Amino acid sequence: MASRGILDRVAIVGMGCTPFGELWDKDASDLIVDASQEALASANMTMGDVDAFWLGTMNSGTSGLTASRPLKIDNKPVTRLENMCATGSEAFRNACYAVASGAYDVAMAVGVEKLKDGGFSGLTGSIPPNDGTFPDISAPALFAALAPAYGNKYGVDDETLKDVFTHIAWKNHRNGVKNPRAQFRKEVAKQTIKDSPLVAGPLGIFDCSGVSDGSAAAIIVRAEDAHRYQAKPLYVKALSFVAGAGTGPMDPDYDYTSFTEVVASCRDAYQQAGITDPREQLAMAEVHDCFTVTEMVLMEDLGFADRGTAWKDVLAGAFDHNGTLPVNPDGGLKSFGHPIGASGLRMLFEIWLQLRGEAGERQISNGKKLGLTHNLGGAPGSAVSFVSIWGSEPSA
Amino acid sequence: MSGILSYGSYLPYRRLQRAHIASAMGTPAGRGSRSVASYDEDATSMGVEASRAALAHLPGGSGAEQVFFSTTRPPYLDKTNAGVLHAALGLDQDAFAVDMVGSVRSGVGALKSALASSEASLAVSADIRTGLPGGVDERDGGDGAAALLCAAAGEFIADYLGGDSASAEFLDRWRVPGEIASKVWEERFGESAYVPLAAAAVSRAFEQVGITATDIDHLIVTGLQARAVRSVAKAVGVRPEALVDDLTGVVGNTGTAHPALLLASVLDVAAPAETIAVVVLADGVDVMIFRTTELLPSRRQPLGVRAQIEASRDDLSYAKYLTWRGILRTEPPRRPDPVPPAAPPSYRSERWKYAFVGSRCSCGTVHLPPARVCMRCHAVDQVSPESMREVKATIATYTIDHLTYSESPPAVVGVLDFDGGGRFQCQLTDVDPDSLSIGDRVEMTFRNVYTANGIHNYFWKARPVRGQD
Repeated sequence: MASRGILDRVAIVGMGCTPFGELWDKDASDLIVDASQEALASANMTMGDVDAFWLGTMNSGTSGLTASRPLKIDNKPVTRLENMCATGSEAFRNACYAVASGAYDVAMAVGVEKLKDGGFSGLTGSIPPNDGTFPDISAPALFAALAPAYGNKYGVDDETLKDVFTHIAWKNHRNGVKNPRAQFRKEVAKQTIKDSPLVAGPLGIFDCSGVSDGSAAAIIVRAEDAHRYQAKPLYVKALSFVAGAGTGPMDPDYDYTSFTEVVASCRDAYQQAGITDPREQLAMAEVHDCFTVTEMVLMEDLGFADRGTAWKDVLAGAFDHNGTLPVNPDGGLKSFGHPIGASGLRMLFEIWLQLRGEAGERQISNGKKLGLTHNLGGAPGSAVSFVSIWGSEPSA
Repeated sequence: MSGILSYGSYLPYRRLQRAHIASAMGTPAGRGSRSVASYDEDATSMGVEASRAALAHLPGGSGAEQVFFSTTRPPYLDKTNAGVLHAALGLDQDAFAVDMVGSVRSGVGALKSALASSEASLAVSADIRTGLPGGVDERDGGDGAAALLCAAAGEFIADYLGGDSASAEFLDRWRVPGEIASKVWEERFGESAYVPLAAAAVSRAFEQVGITATDIDHLIVTGLQARAVRSVAKAVGVRPEALVDDLTGVVGNTGTAHPALLLASVLDVAAPAETIAVVVLADGVDVMIFRTTELLPSRRQPLGVRAQIEASRDDLSYAKYLTWRGILRTEPPRRPDPVPPAAPPSYRSERWKYAFVGSRCSCGTVHLPPARVCMRCHAVDQVSPESMREVKATIATYTIDHLTYSESPPAVVGVLDFDGGGRFQCQLTDVDPDSLSIGDRVEMTFRNVYTANGIHNYFWKARPVRGQD
């Protein structure tokens, strides 16, 4: 039993990301074409150079044909996979392993989701025929259960917590203003966020990520081959994915103030990459801010803040764009919306830009060379979690 | 001689002030209130709640070998509603369960059948009484349920002394299947038909039992024909203080359930060795005479009829009442329609879904829903069934959901930690979302979570503990 990781074995040589938003004029096929073409262009490749494909999508298509048909891929391996909201990351992870194993020279991971065509508010999904005893709870309500539990455990009153959530939404919207690919590019006043109509528990509309369409793609090669395609490749330092036993909703010991799966995948990733002080070592982090309360709790689960203190650090601006550890400098799920299969790769795309100094107006220049993405699926107590760490240089 | 082993009643948490109807509809000001089944309740779910109260005192399962379920509002036709009760109560597989549905008189039918049976029989009656907006039936109807466990022998709380019946075919009240409201003939005609029938049946019953009107300590006269009920009550000739309050003021008339509900209200307070006469006017007259025993005071239902009324609230708006009854159609949420539960998984998980039976691993860990692999010790298939239906719980955290599909938004979800172990995350009902907090005490209640494709998705929700914790 071991998780050895693939430190510096593979590198990313190209990425692409469509604008996210209400893309009424595009279908999932268009988005896959757009993202993968951009990724190929940035790697100076053509589709024929790619040996194998991993497509992540939850509800926008089944089977490898979802990608092979629009891309006109002739008889190559195309795997479609799904791992809830961590689907995009999971496509990336599997593509990395395929290259690290030596099975393929060049792999592409592409994630896509077309949510706006459904016509519903919030996420929807289909579940297998069942006995009707599983409570039908919306995603915001599932995550909102964190708020009273956190407040109760750490003695933080409702009003302060609302201020914390508001700050997170305000920060991520503010970051998104400078991102041409973000769905929402408007700074939103704190009072507007605070006063927005409630969706679940203390979470208002502005505490929730939007419903969005989008796609993102990455091209992966063996690390030693990277400079053949790309002057500034990025190296995969750690990939960790875990699925929890889903016992939180049935285990009285689970306290609804943490994602135990995130703690586990994070510990594994830090061990793979040799990270001991994430807040000090990381240039930035892209985390799964599906709801503002999620981002607050993740700051503790990812070791960016001590237990029971993230709310203070958030209010102090520690994770703002100019803070000690910028979190979601691209605007996060909050500004981008959350096209399930694409989000994990969209997070990676920001690291790709930032660590290569191509983030334009929102470039972070703290001189650090490691970035982290965190992608979550499921709900408190019953989740899957993915953590990846990337670096702009191979380890010494 | 047969008799009653135990009894229980159920009144919903909500009541509607008649003044609210009057102000909305411009009808004459009504007094008092009527009980209203919640959006997630139906005759079956209320019947389950009344039955749980009736069986609360009986150790080692209920002992009910038959279930007779009566209502004028059967949630299902063709399919047996008593089967749901049977499953929810966790009765033995070899028990008989049958519906007596459609007519108001079926309530008495269930009770008389139970009293006449050689097997321990649970007579359950439940009703949702509805009329067209602004009408008398809407105003004076009520929603509720009652259950009486009867047997041919055993430790009775009340002996059945005897009774009699009269039947006659006349147009008093009728309803075509599918209609929400019944129609009635002129009251004076009904009165002229009922009064002589009652006089004959009552005198035959008194003669058979060997009592006179003055021997009666509690007289219940009930029926949906108010004028006839008043005349008959007067004509029986009991002492004035023996006439039982028919609960019209705060509950309304619960139709099929009303005779048993009023009997329950008497059993809540009656002393041993008192005589109770029940006279029911419904397409004829039925008379039943009981005498309470020494056991009654120690076997009263956990929360009496009066206490249930006190533990309810009367601030329901008329608009919400109309919505709950399906009379006022409101804008649905922009969410997918609920998916009906599928038959095979529901059947596989019958004990969980209907009787709320989880599992306990040999290491002591409780799993809700039941699990084959233990979340603590990871042992496989080392489990025994664990009934959690009557176990109370504490709220660990909660969430208010304005987004998900609900027939009465917002949906409220609680994470429950059960006394003695076990956690479950489920909907809360009969709750004020604004007053919820961690540490609140709740108990389980059987509800119709939603109906999709004509399938009622019955399952358990939690509600704030009603009465004593």
